Amino acid sequence: MRVALFATCLVDTLVPQVARATAVLLQRLGHEVVVPPGQTCCGQMHVNTGYRREAVPIVANHVRAFAGAEAVVAPSGSCVASIHHQQAMVARRAGETALAEEAEALAARTYELSQFLVDVLGVVDVGAYYPHRVTYHPTCHSLRLLRVGDRPQRLLRAVRGLELVELPGAESCCGFGGTFSVKNADTSTAMLTDKMANVLATHAEVCTAGDASCLMHIGGGLSRMRSGTRTVHLAEILASTEEAVAPDQATAPAVSR
Amino acid sequence: MSHVFLGIPTAPRGVGHLRGDRPFPEAAREALRDGQLRANLGHATSTIRAKRAAVVGELPDWEQLRAAGRAIKAATMARLDEHLLELEARVTERGGTVHWARDAAEANAIVTRLVRDTGADEVVKVKSMATQEIGLNEALEAAGIHAWETDLAELIVQLGEDRPSHILVPAIHKNRAEIREIFLRTMPDVDPHLTDEPRQLAMAARAHLRERFLRAKVAISGANFAVAETGTLAVVESEGNGRMCLTLPQTLITVMGIEKLVPTWRDLEVFLQLLPRSSTGERMNPYTSLWTGVTDGDGPSEFHLVLLDNGRTATLADEVGREVLHCIRCSACLNVCPVYERTGGHAYGSVYPGPIGAVLSPQLTGVEDNASLPYASSLCGACYDVCPVAIDIPSILVHLRAEHVEAQTRLTPEAVAFKALAKAMSNSRLWRTAQKATRLGRLLARGRPILPATLPPPASQWTFSRDLPTPPKETFSEAWAREHRR
Amino acid sequence: MTARDEVLARIRTALGPDRPPPEIARDYRTTDERTVAELLAVLTDRLEDYRATVLRCAPDAVAATVAAALDAGLGAGWDPASVVTAPGLPGPWRPGGAAEDDGRPAAELAAFAATLTGVAVAIAETGTLVLDGSPLSGRRALSLLPDCLVCVVEAGQVVSGVPEALTRLDPAAPLTMVSGPSATSDIELNRVEGVHGPRTLLVVLVA
Repeated sequence: MRVALFATCLVDTLVPQVARATAVLLQRLGHEVVVPPGQTCCGQMHVNTGYRREAVPIVANHVRAFAGAEAVVAPSGSCVASIHHQQAMVARRAGETALAEEAEALAARTYELSQFLVDVLGVVDVGAYYPHRVTYHPTCHSLRLLRVGDRPQRLLRAVRGLELVELPGAESCCGFGGTFSVKNADTSTAMLTDKMANVLATHAEVCTAGDASCLMHIGGGLSRMRSGTRTVHLAEILASTEEAVAPDQATAPAVSR
Repeated sequence: MSHVFLGIPTAPRGVGHLRGDRPFPEAAREALRDGQLRANLGHATSTIRAKRAAVVGELPDWEQLRAAGRAIKAATMARLDEHLLELEARVTERGGTVHWARDAAEANAIVTRLVRDTGADEVVKVKSMATQEIGLNEALEAAGIHAWETDLAELIVQLGEDRPSHILVPAIHKNRAEIREIFLRTMPDVDPHLTDEPRQLAMAARAHLRERFLRAKVAISGANFAVAETGTLAVVESEGNGRMCLTLPQTLITVMGIEKLVPTWRDLEVFLQLLPRSSTGERMNPYTSLWTGVTDGDGPSEFHLVLLDNGRTATLADEVGREVLHCIRCSACLNVCPVYERTGGHAYGSVYPGPIGAVLSPQLTGVEDNASLPYASSLCGACYDVCPVAIDIPSILVHLRAEHVEAQTRLTPEAVAFKALAKAMSNSRLWRTAQKATRLGRLLARGRPILPATLPPPASQWTFSRDLPTPPKETFSEAWAREHRR
Repeated sequence: MTARDEVLARIRTALGPDRPPPEIARDYRTTDERTVAELLAVLTDRLEDYRATVLRCAPDAVAATVAAALDAGLGAGWDPASVVTAPGLPGPWRPGGAAEDDGRPAAELAAFAATLTGVAVAIAETGTLVLDGSPLSGRRALSLLPDCLVCVVEAGQVVSGVPEALTRLDPAAPLTMVSGPSATSDIELNRVEGVHGPRTLLVVLVA
């Protein structure tokens, strides 16, 4: 299958290794990966902060960039959720009916990584090797808007060498919430603290999730505390193989470029 | 369509308790430092979450009930004027008197006049959000009428000269030891050996109020439901204080928001299943009272129903936001909210705290009077999942944020930034340039993997508690384009 | 313009002329296949779960079982004159010497130790007794003021769920749904029995 990769603005700019890992994984599974050069952002941050009018041209750009794509995959539950639940809505509200319809059609072909792997490609064992103790945080939008269910855990359980430990209070929000983390920084930090306490209680080396933004939040907190636990995106774990794990990089992403 | 556009008045300033005196982030900052508060809330909300999940899980048709509850409320709103007139006719036929109040001040004036007409200088009250909302107790007090709150949690709040912090359990922020202290300090005849055992505390409240119930001439209540086709009112409670108030005094005055209606008697079969399981996590609450007008020889001989607008019609005018009028005040959304669990209810400023408060209060008052509330959420969606009438709270929060942004007449620095960013994100060539600018961060990092912990605002709001990774040398799309260049 | 007219006008402005009410799908459960015996078992379980005491008996043993219930609620040797019954309660169910409610003032009613009534309907799934103000159930104050409440429920009055119960009730009657003794969740959101209503609830289930 020819898969169009939507890197998302945050991953592309700040954590490119996550998009890289997604591409490597899909190629290893025998699919052609294209990265449409016109892509920027889904518009979620604008919509969720109240700039829904300003989001409309961003949505238009997104729809233009991915026009003709057979399937779009993004390593981000919340961006995919925004594509599914918000893009057409803001276009319609702005009176852009044609754009809304195009956005809806594109949303129907857009998948979050774990859903794409399990539901579209029908794979659970992607042939990965990741010999670490890992805990999984089910991010809110993957859990409640996309209903990814236990797909990520099924993928993780099939990874050779990986020990999956249950995260207490897993379904509680980590406190990121986009601009919430800045506008309500104190409350966000209080939520983060409790999430980190639960992560650390698992004694996992790695906390993983399907959203780079939540991981940047949890990882930023863990790093500030000088904790030894890192955050690694699900795509990076699934992209790792025996050949790709460097012996001196115990929990570092296997595909680092 | 927005209410501002239609000119329907919102709840007036200067009366009632729908507005805080400072923005949410500021109030929250202080609340977060109260370790006792956080321990009390953490304990109470985790207890009730487990109870709710257990009794909701017992019903195989919960999702069908939820969908029906949502549809019934939507149908109610679509014909609200007709249903209200029907209710008025039925209540009047059965010997009740119906009053209409445009806002809090008018409702307070009506109730005060009705109490004065009876000659009473005190009333007993059943816990009611509507009367909290309009500040009825203060209005009565100003007229020389003392209102005795009879619900245990309301009593704790009243005796402690505190403010309610939860829709269902207004004293949720107090633990048993604090409640014992309040009772010892304020109840004149309390047993000095009172312990903090919940049963003993409940007994103390019983002893404190028993005499007042028996002597009261006037009671004031809210209503959980009103049935338009029959004129029946319903109050759902646990302690029996509601029954005391609804049954013993000669005069009963019920203050009810106009949205509390259901069209038919049969509709109660849905809500009497949804409400108790969602609120106290019980299959059914201990007491539900249903009455229609007055009944000879049983209960009050005089019944007044005050129908309250106070911003509800303004809310109804918003096609997206009107869904909040479906709320049955169960408070399940408060109990699952990660923000509420940590800040408590006072930080919201309004008597309606938590997720539902963050979408209800700004609509009743107009968004600009509660502008920080729609942002008091991480949009995690837990509230929507538990809502017994499936109110899409996250979407309404986002909608109200936009209403706030669009109501600004001056360009804020935030708006400037978002507009510029939107421009860049609408054009990939501009966006690639903007992305390169983030690389300036590499200069600040001086080769370290993370940026300095002190950055200028607004980045400082992030970096005060979390590290920020140093931006990479090359974005993914740049690298990919370079590798796939022909 | 009166407040009434103004509120109604606001509603009409807010909604506009085009406002079709949505369809309501009532595809939740409204009937139940369970046998009477099964429903009685569920009712007993739910009543006991909320700290009510259930005594079961045959139709010819109601009086003796009521006496046993009062033994449990008031302690052996209770004074029959401290018990008040609903005016329409069948004679054979009443303890000899019990008073009958005659509409006396609340303060006098509150002096009784126990009340004995029938019910209109009982809901198995929720453990709920519904009193409807009829002579059998008595007026509302009767089942509220004395500290111990004994209710006699006949098997034919038991329905499975809330929808079935509502079809059997008259909306115009003053209705009280009772599910266990008076309780509160106001202290740390834990349920504690016994506040203003009867602290003891005993149910005589006749089948």
